[in-house]
Amino acid sequence: MRWSRPLTLAGLAVVPVLVLGLFFVLPVSGMLARGLWPHGSFEPGGVLEVLGRPRVHRVVWFTLWSASAGTLVSVLLGLPAAYALHRLDFRGRGAVRAALLVPFVLPTVVVGVAFRELLGEGGPLGFLGLDGSPVAIVAGLVFFNVSVVIRAVGAAWESLDPRPGEAAAALGARPVQVLRTVTLPALRPAIVSAASVVFLFCATAFGVVLTLGGLKYSSVETEIYLLTTNLLDLPAAAALSILQLVAVVSLLVVAGRLRAVPDPSVARAVARPRRPARGDRLVLATTALLLVLVAAPIATLVTGSLQVEGGWGLANYRALATNGTHQALLVPVTEALVTSLRTAVDATWMSLSMGLLVAVLVTRRSRTRTERRVRGALDGFFMLPLGVSAVTLGFGFLITLNHPPIDLRDSPLLVPIAQALVALPLVVRTIVPVLAGIDDRQRQAAASLGAGPLRALWTVDLPVVWKPLLAASGFAFAASLGEFGATSFLVRDEHPTVPVVIFRLLGHPGAMNYGMALAASVVLAATTAAVMFAVERLRVPSVGAF
Amino acid sequence: MSSSFRALAAKLAATLLLTVGASSCSAVGEKSADQTPSSDEVVLVTHDSFGLPKKLVRQFEAESGYTLVVHRSGDAGTLANKLVLTQGNPTGDVAFGVDNTFASRTLDADVFAPYAHSLPAGADDFALPGDDDQRLTPVDNGNVCVNVDDTWFADHDLAPPTSLDDLTDPAYEDLFVLPGAATSSTGMAFLLATVAAYGDAWPDYWADLMGNGAKLTAGWEDAYYVDFTQGGGKGERPIVLSYDSSPAFTVPKGSDTSNTSALLDTCFEQVEYAGVLEGAENVDGAEQLIDFLGSPEVQAALPESMYVFPVADGIDLPADWASYAVQPSDPYAVDPADIAAHRDDWLREWSDVTTR
Amino acid sequence: MLTLENVSVSYDGKAAVVDVSLDLPDGEVLAVLGPSGCGKSTLLRAVAGLEPTGAGRISWDGSDLAGVPTHKRGFALMFQDGQLFTHLTVARNVGYALRLRRTPDAAKRVGELLELVGLEGYGDRLPGTLSGGERQRVALARSLAVEPRLLLLDEPLSALDAGLRERLAGELREILRAAGTTALMVTHDHEEAFTVADRLAVMQDGRVVQEGVIAEVWRAPADPDTALFLGYARVLRGDAATTVLTAAGLPGAAAVAVRRSALSVSADGALAGVVVSSRATPEQVRLVVDVAGLGEIDAVGPLDVHPGPGEGIRLAVDPTRLAVIPGA
Repeated sequence: MRWSRPLTLAGLAVVPVLVLGLFFVLPVSGMLARGLWPHGSFEPGGVLEVLGRPRVHRVVWFTLWSASAGTLVSVLLGLPAAYALHRLDFRGRGAVRAALLVPFVLPTVVVGVAFRELLGEGGPLGFLGLDGSPVAIVAGLVFFNVSVVIRAVGAAWESLDPRPGEAAAALGARPVQVLRTVTLPALRPAIVSAASVVFLFCATAFGVVLTLGGLKYSSVETEIYLLTTNLLDLPAAAALSILQLVAVVSLLVVAGRLRAVPDPSVARAVARPRRPARGDRLVLATTALLLVLVAAPIATLVTGSLQVEGGWGLANYRALATNGTHQALLVPVTEALVTSLRTAVDATWMSLSMGLLVAVLVTRRSRTRTERRVRGALDGFFMLPLGVSAVTLGFGFLITLNHPPIDLRDSPLLVPIAQALVALPLVVRTIVPVLAGIDDRQRQAAASLGAGPLRALWTVDLPVVWKPLLAASGFAFAASLGEFGATSFLVRDEHPTVPVVIFRLLGHPGAMNYGMALAASVVLAATTAAVMFAVERLRVPSVGAF
Repeated sequence: MSSSFRALAAKLAATLLLTVGASSCSAVGEKSADQTPSSDEVVLVTHDSFGLPKKLVRQFEAESGYTLVVHRSGDAGTLANKLVLTQGNPTGDVAFGVDNTFASRTLDADVFAPYAHSLPAGADDFALPGDDDQRLTPVDNGNVCVNVDDTWFADHDLAPPTSLDDLTDPAYEDLFVLPGAATSSTGMAFLLATVAAYGDAWPDYWADLMGNGAKLTAGWEDAYYVDFTQGGGKGERPIVLSYDSSPAFTVPKGSDTSNTSALLDTCFEQVEYAGVLEGAENVDGAEQLIDFLGSPEVQAALPESMYVFPVADGIDLPADWASYAVQPSDPYAVDPADIAAHRDDWLREWSDVTTR
Repeated sequence: MLTLENVSVSYDGKAAVVDVSLDLPDGEVLAVLGPSGCGKSTLLRAVAGLEPTGAGRISWDGSDLAGVPTHKRGFALMFQDGQLFTHLTVARNVGYALRLRRTPDAAKRVGELLELVGLEGYGDRLPGTLSGGERQRVALARSLAVEPRLLLLDEPLSALDAGLRERLAGELREILRAAGTTALMVTHDHEEAFTVADRLAVMQDGRVVQEGVIAEVWRAPADPDTALFLGYARVLRGDAATTVLTAAGLPGAAAVAVRRSALSVSADGALAGVVVSSRATPEQVRLVVDVAGLGEIDAVGPLDVHPGPGEGIRLAVDPTRLAVIPGA
């Protein structure tokens, strides 16, 4: 009895911890070790020297403020949209929700090109002179991340008990005051988690900063990339990676503090979405603006993909079944799409099964302070993949997973595993709030009636969690479809995924290859939208509090 | 590092992860199947731009008796660093795609084993200076050159620039777009061209260039497709950094002239090499592949499949190339050892100049 | 028979249950009564196997239960708020344990149980559509379905309103008797304990301070706190105690616990006092009377006598509504 709880804890933790240890901690620490022990002996001096460089200070400062700005704008634009899309009821709501998720999976290469087509000197918005400016970078960050805010906060808003707000109104509070004094404080945990995840995504954004910043700006992530792939300056890369890890861990700790756990045993009244009223005009206008912001680059992609030799046509789409002009590709895009979908299926079940284990692990009620600490630490541990550069991970695989019996450097499994690791935090953050909301006494009631632990899980947890689980799988699937950084490093030549193929098409001259790249991006976006829309149709009531 | 161990480990990992049954459309089962251990494979490690027609791959496999397995990832720099990091315990038998700007780094790290290759006629000219024990075999070459949109200049009654100096001429203000040296190997080549041309004064040249409105992008594709007037998009800049072969791709249907041309006095030569990896399992296969890459068939296929010129003499070029892709006679060059020694400093200084 | 020997449980490093020993013979209902935070729920959870015991032994018919997980103990646990599975119908909730055991004729048994708790025909409804009282009855039927060796009731009625609680407490007793169920109930409501249980254990600060047949405990609370918790209105000491005991014709003692109804208006009562306030209730008139030597004290009167403030009255003392507290 006394040991059974720690044993259960350890039993649940063993698989995810092993996987993360083998495919994340080991490679990353391998790379860090190369930097800290550059000539076989421990030389932390190099690392300290790097942190003193003025350039590094500039890079860190830029990363901080661009990520903060990206997060702030995402939250400011995302909140009204979350309200409109989760508390109001209007035609096409589901479609808009799905559409706003599409950017989440688009490869940054493509989005970079699309944004530049839009903002560039000859583009429709060229007169704004934003090309290569920090504004363009922040716009790109918002484009990618606003959907996270909408999802997470929207889900919390949907399940928010409307009665305290009604009580405040009855006490004479104007709608704005209700929002400020009751609604926003109640949403704080969801807003904080969403903002912290968005901040992580922004701070580790890679392609956006490179493409849209016109090389004038460097973030910690791009700097690590350059130091590793170009200069092979591993001590400097290690210094920045450590800095990044420390920052990520402290952010997670702060966010964890701010993210109070709601009392699970309170019965909630849930409001039904209502028809928009006059007072919602501002909110709806913001949502429309956001939709335009998201739609404009995608529209550029679509029109670009339909342009053939000065005219219009579907030739670029028809060409997707070929290898491109001058054999740019080994396999047609159609085949790559099949590979992408299959890999995404694998990545999805991997991240889902690991995510479920982790979620169960961290939400079980702790009996002692130590146990609570262990669970909290595990919760944070599985968020870490968000904070490490794909190139560090990729090179780390090469230098650590290279000895039998774990020489996995060429294993085709690495791609879905890496993608699963990227999707894991999303899955965990989607399921944890739901599991945490289940009254533990339900499980105890089942146990007292003779149900074993698995049976109790089946009776109590599964009915509540299966829809969020489906939503999480949609997220994981989409994240896997769009993953480029780690995939490009690990992918097998005969089986490239669509983002990898798009990248290759863009890397070869020829107008047809460019058109095909755009067409392939549109196909990828459409596939994602379809998956997301299907998940939306399941009408998941309350999903995705990050 | 036997491959049966590899398969075992893969299976182990799969079992570890198989807490939930994989769905029937999953790819795991199928992919594990082609992990069958096999000793008659030759594994080529290369960069993203590598490509050979299927016919030639089949021909090599038939002639050598080995199955060719290709692992491509990243650009030339990533490839070189990957090879350095896995020195002695490589992920393949042979590498292709290390160029003259990264070659010294790999030689210093003993990545490649010596191989007494027999070079085709003409290829000797491209051998890496300082590679005395024949670790690297030249396979192809190409030049990074400034390209101009001739139609644009004709429309604007302006004579196109011809030299590096011209690019700082106010007449060409805001017309040049190029990928950055830090993020693009093409951009790096141009930086090296300016180092070769101006010596220690190269930062002054770059200051003038940036002062004249040159625009930097992250990658070549960005510069060419988005900003260049002939790139197919809505670009507005008629001068772009690209390759000596690029004009062959801007010949309109039914026309017999290209819309663009390369400025042959602005070029930096890139040579790509192949070599047997130190610690290779299949040395014989690796050597056979290197010989094959130098064979007339492969050399003839290089322009179409990798947009580069053969190193061997007497190879027939494709019709478009023969007419429109002109190679410079005297491109800029920098000693590979110098590149290896100064790359960091140059890039750092370049970043300072261009972001000033 | 359930036996607890010197059981201690600590929660997060804090002692919640200290050295508790109890016996619960088959067929009996034992109520553990105590204020919130006294450790009674922790004790119940330890018996259920949901909390590990720090020291001592919990056994059933002599065999130690340590290491036996909750679902193998055969003890059904019924929560304060029922904890019905909201996605299952009433019938499926009740039949849950029967399905786990693959009991034949489960449907018939479910019907009988629903009839037992007075909810015939409710089988197809979802818990969300039931009232609080109905939900508790379903929870009870669900717990009884497995014919548990021991039924654990955690404040089973306290979530309900007063009238319903009183009625359901009576029904609960009837149902437990009819089923011959051995039950351990924890509650902070002494009336609920009186109605449902045979025996009573009073807990304070993690310790059982008194245990016995319910009427005995009620008649002789072990200490002033226990007396107050058992529903005595106040504890009088010293002279005041002697005054009241004398008026009741009993020998003097250091302390006496007095129920609200111990003093009643009576023309020939032994005590004299002045009415401070009075209030009529449907059952009786409640008075606060200033009695010389006692101070202000509660008293009751019949509905037809309704003295106003300032009026002098006499009060009789009912000796059966007093409890002498030893050693206080």
